[in-house]
Amino acid sequence: MIRYMIKRLLAMIPVLIGITFLVFMIMQLAPGDPARLILGENASPEEVKELREQMGLEDPVLVQYFRYMVNLCKGDMGKSYITNRLVASEVAARFPYTLKLALVSAAVSILIAIPLGIIAAVKQNTIFDNTCMVLSLVGISMPAFWMALMLVLVFSLRLGWLPVQGANMGWRSYVLPSIAIGFMNMAAIARTTRSSMLETIRQDYVRTAKSKGISNASAILGHAFPNALIPTVTVVGVQLGGLIGGAVLTETVFAWPGLGRLIVQSVNARDVPMILGCMVVMSVSFSVINLVVDLLYGLLDPRVKSMYA
Amino acid sequence: MMKHLFRRRAEPEEGSMSLLQESWMRLLSNKGAVAGMVFLTILVLTAICADLIYDYETEVIMQDIPSRLQPPSLKGHLLGTDEYGRDLLARLVHGSRMSLVVSFSSVVLALAVGGTLGAMAGYFGGVIDNIIMRLTDVLLAIPMTLFAIVIVAALGANTTNLTLALGASSIPIFARVVRASVLTVRQAEYVEAARSIGAKHGTVILRHILPNCIGPIIVQFTLRIAQAIYNTAALSFLGMGVQPPAPEWGGLLASGRTYIRDYSYLSIIPGLAIMSTILALNLLGDGLRDALDPRLK
Repeated sequence: MIRYMIKRLLAMIPVLIGITFLVFMIMQLAPGDPARLILGENASPEEVKELREQMGLEDPVLVQYFRYMVNLCKGDMGKSYITNRLVASEVAARFPYTLKLALVSAAVSILIAIPLGIIAAVKQNTIFDNTCMVLSLVGISMPAFWMALMLVLVFSLRLGWLPVQGANMGWRSYVLPSIAIGFMNMAAIARTTRSSMLETIRQDYVRTAKSKGISNASAILGHAFPNALIPTVTVVGVQLGGLIGGAVLTETVFAWPGLGRLIVQSVNARDVPMILGCMVVMSVSFSVINLVVDLLYGLLDPRVKSMYA
Repeated sequence: MMKHLFRRRAEPEEGSMSLLQESWMRLLSNKGAVAGMVFLTILVLTAICADLIYDYETEVIMQDIPSRLQPPSLKGHLLGTDEYGRDLLARLVHGSRMSLVVSFSSVVLALAVGGTLGAMAGYFGGVIDNIIMRLTDVLLAIPMTLFAIVIVAALGANTTNLTLALGASSIPIFARVVRASVLTVRQAEYVEAARSIGAKHGTVILRHILPNCIGPIIVQFTLRIAQAIYNTAALSFLGMGVQPPAPEWGGLLASGRTYIRDYSYLSIIPGLAIMSTILALNLLGDGLRDALDPRLK
């Protein structure tokens, strides 16, 4: 298992180099001169040229990329073209907000969706099951940013129960953003748990367990559920990864001070170092989530574990 | 024996159906998929006939300030008017064209590029497969919406770049799906037979392999359009997609957001349009998956 973990961690390195290379090259296509952006429209061509040389922008693109990577390995992501602040410290200040929101919404969606999926499977073809499945189908089709607006409309503007935006009102600030992000995930997790439970509760070992006299609840939770978890974990992993990308929209609606909003602001301001910094951190988080999900398979399924050995 | 074989082929049993017919019948027996198909047919027809229903210049773009922010009513504007007095229904109808064209084109682009790469990876294997798959690993490690945002940031916000960005972000998914499908039929006897009579690689892939693994590709195509509708709306909502005054559902939602407190219909109605379309595509995609799944045959 440890060998597999090390192998997977090492395999992440070329992927990360690929991501940074791709994003770096795409951002080279961005119109406008960073030196002109920093100095303003009134700067003379000589001043612009001098700053371009200072910033290394006169070097070939590959040299610039190599320099960026060397600095990145030292934790230096450069300075913002707009605020002149260090990208690394700005990203470090914003990342905890995105991470906390992602974790809260993941916890909410998992805690609600898995029991719903199990009950829907056990009570297959009843009103409960049908209602859950219709709701989950609507849930996966509902854009998170629209859901966010509707939540704000009802719970903040009409009822006045929760804050419209920001992260400075403690747990109350987390309620609407986490529901907005979590609802779509909840729907996907509930659907997968239901279909995977439907398969496992019909297996011989569950029938055997029941025939030995254990209660229905123990047969479902003790025997069927652990074996139905693998597809659920896959979907949870995919959804968690989606939380990172989806945060861009929800954070914009709720003016949440996280990385998603920072990247939108940076794109609008054409702040290339900030965009690169955000992309690197978000893509690394995405890759780490995928790695954790793969490792969880090993813990849940001994057959997968034996493949690692 | 030979005679017998030929006779059996020439005279199929009565009532037997081709695989396509069987799948079609299975699709028609799925109520959700039929509902999705009906909705999408109406939507596509509306988008095609948008110019016949509402004139673009006078009813969709032209401002009419005295009629601004009128709520929905049966007598005046059915879905109300926006902050510039333009009819919301007219903008939704023309917006459907924009959303569908951008989404459809981006998925076709992704299928063309991703499908070619996937087919090459699956068919040739070895080094080519390795290079293409490592490239898709990199692309898949970037959240799709973020990747599209970066491309739009670099190229500028307009409809063409939005289509390119959305298409590029879906390429790895099609590459994976097509590769997996090609791998399942690559070793089939009919492929070997085609190769042994000297067919070129392109012919083998296009005429013998792809037609036999089209099921998963169709399903993925439908589901990716749903995702593209979402992303088109999302990027326009962030101001990085279709630029005003051109109507697009995400853009309508973004401009309605400013007035959400007093004129909530401006936010509710475009959102419902996006959601219903995605729902219809998901229903159709699920139905197609069930209809084309060989395990159910």
